[in-house]
Amino acid sequence: MISLYAKRRFINGFNLAMSLAAMMFGLFWLIWILITLFNAGIGAISPALFTEMTPPPGENGGLLNAIAGSLMMTVVATLIGTPVGILAGIYLAEYGNRGWLAPATRFINDILLSAPSIVIGLFVYAIYVAKVGHFSGWGGAFALSLIVIPVVIRTTENMLKLVPNSLREAAAALGAPQWKVIAQVTIRASRAGILTGILLAIARISGETAPLLFTSLNNQFWSLNMNEPMANLPVVIFQFAMSPYEDWQRLAWGGALLITIAVLGLNILARILFRQKTVN
Amino acid sequence: MFADGQKIKITARSFNFYYGKFHALKNINLEVPEKQVMAFIGPSGCGKSTLLRTFNRMYDLYPGQSTNGELLLDGKSILDKNMDVNLLRSKVGMVFQKPTPFPMSIYENIAFGVRLYERLSRSEMDDRVEWALKKAALWEEVKAKLSQSGLSLSGGQQQRLCIARSVAVKPDVLLLDEPTSALDPISTAKIEELVYELKADYTIVIVTHNMQQAARVSDFTAYMYLGELIEVGKTDMVFTNPKQKATEDYITGKFG
Repeated sequence: MISLYAKRRFINGFNLAMSLAAMMFGLFWLIWILITLFNAGIGAISPALFTEMTPPPGENGGLLNAIAGSLMMTVVATLIGTPVGILAGIYLAEYGNRGWLAPATRFINDILLSAPSIVIGLFVYAIYVAKVGHFSGWGGAFALSLIVIPVVIRTTENMLKLVPNSLREAAAALGAPQWKVIAQVTIRASRAGILTGILLAIARISGETAPLLFTSLNNQFWSLNMNEPMANLPVVIFQFAMSPYEDWQRLAWGGALLITIAVLGLNILARILFRQKTVN
Repeated sequence: MFADGQKIKITARSFNFYYGKFHALKNINLEVPEKQVMAFIGPSGCGKSTLLRTFNRMYDLYPGQSTNGELLLDGKSILDKNMDVNLLRSKVGMVFQKPTPFPMSIYENIAFGVRLYERLSRSEMDDRVEWALKKAALWEEVKAKLSQSGLSLSGGQQQRLCIARSVAVKPDVLLLDEPTSALDPISTAKIEELVYELKADYTIVIVTHNMQQAARVSDFTAYMYLGELIEVGKTDMVFTNPKQKATEDYITGKFG
């Protein structure tokens, strides 16, 4: 008969081994993806990538118009989505403890959060692109902002809920009206977390392809006009990777590597910011 | 109960408080004299913190809590629907069990409350911050680092910062909700000394689990049990010659 101690040691060892195996399995694919991406994409990284336009097949070129388009639409989408998301998150966390509106909003926001992004692309196509009659950068930015909003709402609400009630009570006990408590104390206490949420939302939209296919589409030429179809990295990667031309495929790998590095950078920045908060 | 001419700051008459349907405070009748220290003692869950938190209507922050009866500050109803709760709280300050410095500099921690109701010039504000920190016996320790985060202080210093913050808005009443239960003995002693000094200018109500503390710092003591006010009187009387058997049992440690 095995002793209780030996049995517990065995169960502990078994579970530890299984958890490790599961982690290795996940990590294995992730690292394989990264290695493949680096091997295939590193050859395309050159000054030309950042200075020349997307070329016709068989000619040399870069991704400048796509990089500029992606940056512009991401910035506009963040500028639209962040204030809406933060204000709605504040409502849910600070005012939403009575009545039915907040639980209903929270439920709808959860649906929006997990909605397939192609649905959002189709929605913007139907209400905006089809009405004005042409693809445009505004449409793309609008679709991306609809992805930013639920992410920012969710993180803002969660971060504000982490602020202990004792801090709100302490500010209220000095005679501060609720809006001042929120603006000067609770928001300040959760600043790093909210900023992290915004960075993660930017990381999320910088790789979205589906919503852009129906809205900004693509543009082979240099254009900063948000009223025209606008080049962007994900759609260029999609088109070039599917093409039979080798130099286009190479550029697609380069673009994919670029997005991955940018997203990685944003995630690392978010972690650093969040760690600074927890140290405090 | 009180010496002649003793002014009453807070009065409760047939006062009841409910958390939803739970009857948390039952028919409380109490007078808190001005510029004295009153301690609330009693076992956990007896309602002493609840009673304290009605004096500045802290319960307003949460849904489902209600009151009836009378509760007066300087003869005016605290429970009045038209009462400006923020103005009330600027007159009735509160310090909590755990230190709660705001996530800002030591200076800003103090200035935050002052700015809510007063417009001071930069130098006037500097003076006020120094005055409040001196009142809370913290000035010497922090005068060289006013721009550092309030969170960088030790627990005892943080709690004195919170007292300074409450004092800075010049309230009439200070409510202390177990202000030393999270602190070490040295910090506790400092805060008790502070209470003794502050009562020259403020009416102080302190909730404490520590009966020696109640005996040391207070002029009057109220013993509560299961939402009822069992006995209230001069502290030395309550501790040496309690009128109620229940009070005596609690104080002598037979119960609680």
